[in-house]
Order: sequence, then C-alpha cells, then structure tokens
Amino acid sequence: MDTIRSDADAAPHDADPLVRDILARHAGRPGALLPILHDVQDALGWIPEPAVPQIAAALQRSRAEVHGVISFYGHFRTAPPARTQLEVCRAESCQACGGGALYEHARARVAAEDAGDVSLAPVYCLGLCAQSPAVMIDGRPHARVTPEKLDALLAAAREA
Amino acid sequence: MEHIRNMERILYVPLDTAALAMGADAVADAFRAEAARRGLDLRIVRNGSRGLHWLEPLVEVATPAGRIAYGPVAPEDVPALLDAAWTDGAAHPLCHGPTEDIPFLKKQERLTFARVGLIDPLSIPDYEAHGGFAGLAKALDMVPEAIVDAVTESGLRGRGGAAFPTGVKWRTVLQTPAAQKYIVCNADEGDSGTFSDRMLMEGDPCALIEGMAIAGLAVGATRGYLYVRSEYPQAERVLAGALRAAREAGWLGDDIQGSGRAFDIELRRGAGAYICGEETSLLESLEGRRGLVRAKPPLPAVRGLFGCPTVINNVISLATVPFILARGAQAYRDFGMGRSRGTLPFQLAGNIRHGGLVEKAFGLTLRELLFDFGGGSASGRPLRAIQVGGPLGAYLPESQWDTPLDYEAFLAISAMLGHGGVVAFDDTADMAALAEYAMEFCAIESCGKCTPCRIGSVRGTEVIRAIREGRDRETRAELLRDLCDTMMAGSLCALGGMTPYPVLSALRHFPEDFGLAAEPALHTA
Repeated sequence: MDTIRSDADAAPHDADPLVRDILARHAGRPGALLPILHDVQDALGWIPEPAVPQIAAALQRSRAEVHGVISFYGHFRTAPPARTQLEVCRAESCQACGGGALYEHARARVAAEDAGDVSLAPVYCLGLCAQSPAVMIDGRPHARVTPEKLDALLAAAREA
Repeated sequence: MEHIRNMERILYVPLDTAALAMGADAVADAFRAEAARRGLDLRIVRNGSRGLHWLEPLVEVATPAGRIAYGPVAPEDVPALLDAAWTDGAAHPLCHGPTEDIPFLKKQERLTFARVGLIDPLSIPDYEAHGGFAGLAKALDMVPEAIVDAVTESGLRGRGGAAFPTGVKWRTVLQTPAAQKYIVCNADEGDSGTFSDRMLMEGDPCALIEGMAIAGLAVGATRGYLYVRSEYPQAERVLAGALRAAREAGWLGDDIQGSGRAFDIELRRGAGAYICGEETSLLESLEGRRGLVRAKPPLPAVRGLFGCPTVINNVISLATVPFILARGAQAYRDFGMGRSRGTLPFQLAGNIRHGGLVEKAFGLTLRELLFDFGGGSASGRPLRAIQVGGPLGAYLPESQWDTPLDYEAFLAISAMLGHGGVVAFDDTADMAALAEYAMEFCAIESCGKCTPCRIGSVRGTEVIRAIREGRDRETRAELLRDLCDTMMAGSLCALGGMTPYPVLSALRHFPEDFGLAAEPALHTA
C-alpha cells in the first residue's frame, strides 16, 4: 500500500517542485501510485525519468517497482508526446467496418509528417462500436471515420 | 405572436461520447448561436444517448405531445430545425417523430437504462423526479441481510461477463467479519464491441452511485472505488460531476440523508491495460501496482482490496440494484428465461445498419437482434459471422443465430454472452485473420503472470500465421487445437482461458478461410 510519508525530506532535495506538490496532494492516500502518475503526465504531458526516484522515495518503494508500473500501463509515456496524438482503434468492430484500411492510411499519413508532429498509436476499443471505425485525436473521440475524414480532422488539429 | 416567440423551448443534445464523436458539441453551439441571433429563449439540456447510434447526434425537441426526435443533425441543419422546434416539432427530413415511438426503442424493455437519454445526468432533482434514489431510501430502512436477500431473489448475475450470482457474492462479504470492507466498481469496460457501461455512466451516473451505496449498506462497507478506463474521458468527467452533486445533495458522505450511515466513493482512472478489467488485476492496479492477476482463492469477497473483504461488481450489475430495491426482486425476476433473470443491455455493433443499445429480457434470439433491431448489415452484403461477448467470445455462424440469448444456452454451444456485446461481420470478413488477431490481442494484453497465456498467445499467433501462409496446414491446425486446450485448462484467468473461444470457433465454423477442409465432427469446440 503506497501511503506517502508525511515528512517532505522523504524526497531528494533536488526534486522537481511540481512533482513534490503532486506527491503532497496525495499524502496519506492508499494505493496512490496511479493517481500520482496520471497527475504528473496530465501536467507535463509525460513522465520524465527524474520523477521516478522522487516518486519512489515518497512512496517508500523501489525505483524498479515504479518503473515497472509505468512500463506496464500503455497509457503512460516516458518521452514527450507529439504535437498531435492520433489513436486508431484496431479492435474487432472497427475491423468489421474498414478499420484495417483506415489504420494503413493513418500510418502512411503519419510517416509523411515531420517527426514530432503527429504520433500514431493503436487503441483497443473506444466504446464507439456501433459507429465504427473510431479514432481519438488529442483525447477527442471521432466516429465513422473514413480516410478523407481523418485527413480533414488531422488538418483541423494542426490548425488548433 | 410575440408571446409564442418568447416561450422557453427545451432542446436535448446528448453529451454521450457517441454523440460527441459525431459533432454534438458543434451542433449545440450552433443552436445557441442561432437562438441568440433570433432572440429566442432556448434551453439546451445535455442528456445521455437514447442508444440509436446511427442517428447521433440525435436532437430532441420537447413539445406538449412529448419529445420529437431529429437526427443525425449537423450544424448546417440547425436554422431549419429551429423553425421546426418553434412550431412544436413540425415535419423536417430529419424528423423521426416521437422518440418513444421509434420501433428500435419501443420494442425494448428498459429497466437498467430506463432513465438513460431521458434525464440530465448531472441533475439530482431530475434523477429523483424519475424514481432515482428510491432504492437507496428503502435500503436505509432495511437490515443488511434483507438487502442481500432482495438482490439474491432477483436472480441478478454479474453483468461484466462471468454471470456469477450477485447476491451470493454480497452474502460472502456480509458474512466475512472485518473492520473495513470495500465496494469496487469495475468500469474498465475494455471488451471490444461493448459500450453499455460507458453509456450508463454518461447518461445516468447516479444510478451507479446509488447502486454502490446500496451495496455498501448491504455488506457494511463505507468506502467505494470506481475504476474507469482511461479511454473513457467523457465518462470520467460526467461521473466526477455526478459524485459532486450526489455529495452536495447528501446522498453520499458521512451521514446519508440524516440516517447516520456513511458511504463515499473515490473515482480512479485506469491506464490502458485491458487485463485490469479482470477483477484481481483491477485490485492490484487500485493498490498501485502492475495489473498482475492474482490466484484465487482467496476470493476478493474474502480478501480483496488492501486485504479486506471486497464486493467487486460491473457497472451494469450495480446500476441495476436500485431498480431491484425500489420495485422489488420479483419485478426484476419476472423478466428473462431459465436461470438468466431480468434484462441484458445488448450492444449491437460492427457491420450493422442500426447499431446501438438494446435492453431486452434474456431469451430473444441473435437473429431477432440482428435483423429486427439491427436491420441487417451496414454494407448491404450478407452477414457471415457474429462475435458475441467481446474479444474472448466465440464467432457464431448463421446456423447458430437462433440460439436464445441466455447464459446457459450459449454455454451449451461453446460460446458466451459475456457483457452482451454483439459484433457483426459481413461476407468479406477473413475469419483466419480474425483468429490470428484474437491471439495477437492476447499476446499484447497478457499480464505475463502465467505461462499458457504469455507464451501460448505468441505461439498461437505464429501458428495461425503459418496456417494462413499455407505451411503444413493440417499438422499445424492440430497443434493449434492442442495449444488452445492448454491455454483453456492452464491459464490463471479468462484472458488466456478464453482467447481460444474465438480461435476455435473460427477454425471450426469457417475452415475454408484457413485453407482447411471441414473439421471432423469429433471436435466440439
């Protein structure tokens, strides 16, 4: 159980103040590691390596354990995200409605972009299975997506 | 004329992800802008989805004769629709008449989903006006045993897929003495082809909150956790708002409605691991660890979250409990067939013309669902295979579509109802490719704790690929069946244990897609 030690010097003193604030907010909360990691990623866009020993020290867990949790869950990133994040559903319902071709289109499209502009990741179900195929762009859901619609959505995301 | 112009009109534009993904926010904005331009007094209610997903965004206009449906609405339709709205739901090409009379909805038996799409999900007064919190109010006057008895007598079984009797689970927790107990809601709805949990959380979150509070009273737990998958940001937002509203209205907290009883809920977000939908893995995740499956026993009901007795139930199971308490166990039990009592919110998905949510009593057939509700394939081509119950469910050929939708009837044909997801494929589907995908998905999502799942899924993917490439097909098909046997018998949880269902059913019913002759009748997988 990750109950945070209340004394602030549990963390190394070169600690990132943002991470320190997040840790303080979760002090005393049982099983706090996932909420802490979410808060760090929500604030910074990713989980930088120096945050790992800081979190581990506060939770009295090993760095390996914290690293193990970060790497287990596909949602957590250990590198800064691209400007636009595209997730395309690869699950059965989307496959039944042209999701395979859409994924290939997305792959070609993203490969043609500058590095760091758009990232593509598979996702396994967005819960839009009656309106397949579905994608998520920067956390916003889109359904009944055709290759043309995807191009338009990506263009709009670039302008936003 | 002026008084008619200035009369307030109410318009419903869903906030459900299914509507947002088709541009509902832009439609709501367009209505606001156009109404302001015309000086009209318009109130927009962001409701849940009615579940007619081919019509989203489905906009409803409140008229003296009831709510009138228009859909699918695009921002450019807004000026004409506003004219229609101000003339009490007049004709328009997108008009579907009174919402409740749309056959897809009219033919349903909505018990758990009775309020979804109807009410403002964030309004406690609206929830209460539609019968909300009547179950919890009753439970506050009951002894724990009586609450557990009611749930047991209703015949409710776990809607997450395992179909374990909910009352039995609750009784175990009630009878296990402990200083602290927990209620955990499994809202990690990762099964592809399913979205009923999401729709309920976005459309009637208070029903889930009420169900969890009743569970707390029933077993003596004062604390609940609601674990929502990270792929459902809108559900998380709506739940957070509903929890706040329920607390403010005194339905959660240290002293629920002055009863002296305490219960509160903490909202937690998953992080993209399918396996965390497995109950013991979810508990590990809540405790701040990798989602590794735990060996059972001990059952979570005896030693669950933080080592304490824990009720862990799916969203739909918990959200059904208020109905059972408010209307009586018998009222729920009266629906259904055999040992499958009550209703199941089926989710009609994939290549289907009219997809969406269909809540019906157990016992109708897959064919009725696919054609009477779904209207056949979306592509217009013949339907070929139906996957029921998520990525671990079997693929059913047409010869099995008359099987009644009932837990035991599906078990008898080596299939499962699971969480009620129904994914339709037309005759362009490559069943060998889908079998390979099933193994690949298992390999990606395996937690790695047990060997049959961790290694078996990788080997399974390789073997199916070799068969598809025509390398020594017959021998490898035999190897694949052996491997599936091992996975089914030796895996710790349903991921490794049931991935063989889609694989073996594809192999058995669609051998031509693997370049194989029909299987000998001996293999009954």
